[in-house]
Amino acid sequence: MQGGPIVFTGLGLLVVAGVSPFLLSLGSGGDGTPPDLTDVLERARAKGTCVEEAGHMRDAHMDLLNDWRDTVVRDGQRYYERDGEQVMMSLTRTCLDCHGSREEFCTKCHDYLGVTPHCWDCHLDTVPAKKVEAGQ
Amino acid sequence: MSTSRRDLLKAAGITILGVGGAAPIIAKNARAQAIAPAPPELKGRKHALAIEATKCETCPNQTACIDACHTEFNVPHWEDHEEEIKWLWKESLAEVFPGRVNERTSEELKHRPTLVLCNHCEHPPCVKVCPTKATFKREDGPVMMDMHRCIGCRYCIVGCPYGSRSFNWKNPMKHFEEQGGPPNPDYPIRGKGVVEKCTLCPERLAAGKQPACVEACQAKGAGALMYGDLEDESSDIRKHIQSRITARRKAELGTSPQVFYTL
Repeated sequence: MQGGPIVFTGLGLLVVAGVSPFLLSLGSGGDGTPPDLTDVLERARAKGTCVEEAGHMRDAHMDLLNDWRDTVVRDGQRYYERDGEQVMMSLTRTCLDCHGSREEFCTKCHDYLGVTPHCWDCHLDTVPAKKVEAGQ
Repeated sequence: MSTSRRDLLKAAGITILGVGGAAPIIAKNARAQAIAPAPPELKGRKHALAIEATKCETCPNQTACIDACHTEFNVPHWEDHEEEIKWLWKESLAEVFPGRVNERTSEELKHRPTLVLCNHCEHPPCVKVCPTKATFKREDGPVMMDMHRCIGCRYCIVGCPYGSRSFNWKNPMKHFEEQGGPPNPDYPIRGKGVVEKCTLCPERLAAGKQPACVEACQAKGAGALMYGDLEDESSDIRKHIQSRITARRKAELGTSPQVFYTL
């Protein structure tokens, strides 16, 4: 067959290129076991319920946070109502107040799932000093 | 009674249209219920700022307002003038009011440092040119930035006649790392490649507080800054502006600045 070697070399390269993401990810990303968040979640539970039911938060926290972002920045409304209680729509204040730190909570799961949200590029994960002083 | 194929299709179409049309309304209501009413906030129909020029010039604590603002909003300080981030800063009088100096004006007066910030224009050109609506005019006055939407095109920098907008050439965190972190953990920093400016402190107004610069000026400075609602006839700022000679920067451009310099 005329040009056979070239065609097969090309096909070979195509196959290698096709499987390269799998080859490259071999050995990275840990052993595939889900992260253990028991301690962090225990501590969060001790502070009461989350702004929405836990299952919903697991599935849709990203939508809720996007909604919060637009409501606060664009509509100027800063409080969310939960069982008659007002919660400030704030990633640093409200979320981290119960969930501890970004490293312990957000990053563990996001790393496992291979997602890289940009929230913490600008938002700060330091719990404000005032809260620490108040013993929270 | 038998239903013809035609009738069935009609009914199905109407049902789909009905549900489709109602869905956004239902979803909107569901979301609106979760938003709580705000606690006491400084509400106004037209927020504005007045700078009493003479008091400001002779203020014993010239940087109190600037420091308060830049600490509150984690504004980085870069040595290189070209990379500067400015929310509240000083400019020479000849730059601020080019029409108010002439060839006989003394050099001292021409170069006298004058406090400047975003003018929160009534007709802001920056808002007009922004392709992503990242910068927008709030109904109650302030020209706001939604840093999440800014794509860094810098049209607004070109559009603003007052140089009130700064571009982040570097990641601000680089500046704060040397100081052990940004001064205010409650307020986010900005990313490299977005534009920022004075926002007239919406988060402070929401908490019932005056803008950071005004508060600092009244506490540590000469009390030259005044903030309030121009639509409220009994407000101090309205009375102040009514009874003084006022100057607004490049008002002839039709931007209608809402920062008033009073004499």
